Formats: sequence, C-alpha cells, structure tokens
Amino acid sequence: MSGDVTSEEETSVTDENGSTTGGDPLDGPVNKTSRLGRWWWMAGVAIAALVVVVLAPLASPDPDGLERVAEDQGFIDRAENFFSGLLGDYAIPGIDDPAVSTIVSGLMGVAIVLIIMFALGRLLARRRV
Amino acid sequence: MNLYSIVTAPLLGTGATPALHAADRFLSVPVSIAFWVVTAVVIAIAVRRTNRNLDERSVPLMGVMAAFIFAAQMFNFQVAGGTSGHLLGGVLAAVLLGPWAATLVMACVVAVQALVFSDGGLVVMGANIFNMGVIGTLGGFALYLALAKVLGGENRGRIPAAAVAGWVSVMAAALAMSLELIVSGTSPAEIVLPAMLGVHAFIGIGEALITAAALAFIATTRSDLLNLRPDRAAALPA
Repeated sequence: MSGDVTSEEETSVTDENGSTTGGDPLDGPVNKTSRLGRWWWMAGVAIAALVVVVLAPLASPDPDGLERVAEDQGFIDRAENFFSGLLGDYAIPGIDDPAVSTIVSGLMGVAIVLIIMFALGRLLARRRV
Repeated sequence: MNLYSIVTAPLLGTGATPALHAADRFLSVPVSIAFWVVTAVVIAIAVRRTNRNLDERSVPLMGVMAAFIFAAQMFNFQVAGGTSGHLLGGVLAAVLLGPWAATLVMACVVAVQALVFSDGGLVVMGANIFNMGVIGTLGGFALYLALAKVLGGENRGRIPAAAVAGWVSVMAAALAMSLELIVSGTSPAEIVLPAMLGVHAFIGIGEALITAAALAFIATTRSDLLNLRPDRAAALPA
C-alpha cells in the first residue's frame, strides 16, 4: 500500500506535465485538474506569502474578540506572557517600520510552520510505528 | 510601505497589549494545566492516527495549510463595534486533511505563534491549542460530516456544511474560552459569556466566508485534493 503511494508520488513529481495517469482512482475529473501539478503547491505558498505581505499590514488595528472583551471587562491588564518569545509581538529588532516588521516576521512564521509540517508529515507518512 | 505605516501606526505605535491569543495570566494555573493535559493527550492520539493513515500525497498540503492558516491569522478583519477577528482554520484544515492531521497543523501554528512571536502564552498554550485547534478539527469536523450527509454528501454539501461548521467552531471556541475564564476567576459568567458569544457571532461569519472561499478555490483548481483525507481515500475504489 505505502509502496504504491510512493511510486505514484514519484511519477507525479518527475513528470513535468503532472499527467498522473497510472493508478489514481479518481480518474475522471482529476486528470484535468492535476495538470497544475507541483505549481499548485508553489501557488499555495505564494498565497500565504501574499496574505502576509498585502493583508497583514492592513489588518484591522482594533482589538480582536477576546481582547475586546478583556478590555471591556477589565482583565486586559493580565495580558502578559511569562516568556516574551524570540520575536515578541511580530517585531524584528532593528526594523523600525512596523509594517516591514510585520511582513518580515510573518514571512518567517510562514516559512517555519511550512518546514515543520512538511518535515513532520514526511516523517509520519513514511515510518509506520 | 508608507501607506502601510500610516495604516498600521495606530496599532503598532501604541505598544499596548498587542498579544492576540489568550495570555498566560488570563487563566489560573490549575485550568492551564488541565488543558495542557487534555491537549497533550489529543496531540499524542493525533500523532499515532496520522502516522497510521497519512497519505504521502497530503504531506505538501499539510505544509501549505499550516502556512496559509498562520498567514491568515495575522489578518484581522473588521467586525462591528471597534472589534476585529481572525480566522481559526480548524474546520478548513480538517475538511482537507482529516481531523488528526489537521490537529497537528493547528498545534504547530499555535505553538510557533507562542514560542516565536509571544502571541499567546506558553502556560495557556494547551488551552489555546484546544480552543482554536481541537474544537474545530474534532468537534467542528464532526459537525461538518453530519451536515454534509444531510445535504446529500460531501460533493454536494461541502461548502455550506463547512461554512456552518466554521461558524459553530468559532462560537464553541468562544464558549470554551469563556468557561476557562470563568473557572479561572478572571471574569464572572454573566459578563464574559454574553460578551464573548456576542462578538464571536460576527467573527464566525468571517470564519465561514474564508473557509468557504478556500474550499471553493481548491475545488476549482485541484479538486483531487478534496479526496486525500484518509476516510475519503479509503472509501474510493482502489
């Protein structure tokens, strides 16, 4: 079972046109869409990056739901963490412009979670314990 | 860049309470520990189940989902009354990856937010992962499956079912957060419950719209990704 999956993935990766004809059980509509092949993944990462670059700096400056309630109900003074994080509050030391700081830290965060999940996913998919 | 500075200056210039997720002192130590225990157990089950069922073809999707949810959580959209909200993403991740792999994605996002960006505390991280992740990936997903069945199957009912489940998952997260605050003695029930549920009824609409839009995008561009989930792959003729 896992052998099948591996070989299938390898063909679809090596094939430029992404024409995964072989064993895909969902032939009909799938062959049409999977032409997008690996480009889709790059587009997915690009969309995440675009959200950071374009939307994150334009995020509403208003407090979010929990923060709003905390302010209104007077427990916002408890908004302290025991560990201030490596890049607390999405600020990069040495970058003054808050938008640039947000974008750089956001792109770093996107890269970090992408790498962690990809690595963890590969590990969990390959080694059955 | 200048435009961005002008727009964001009111937020980032003040330096006041920029943390968005629950902070360490929001919850009492016993409540924090209890939720760490529950969350740790759920993550352990998620690791085992994912290890058993994960299709290698969904590995890139796990990475992209984590990247997208992390990015989307940085974009606070405006809701009524000087309040904003952001995506949680648990239902979206679970519809595509299944509940267990989605739980790992959500835990990863919340953990990186807390460890690297101090967005949410470490002591309350168990509660944050539970509220923003597990409630959506397990509870929200179960509701999604039930609704999709009523609507005539996932292929017909996917988007409305996911939208409703997304909204409910935000309300359930707000309810859980409220109960945690009440038990911690941070805020009394008669105050925090209506306030949290009231504002999150609007934020949940954003969750529903983003979840629906993302699934519609995937259905049009890569509909095969809708069948990677272990339970769907198993149901297909081999």
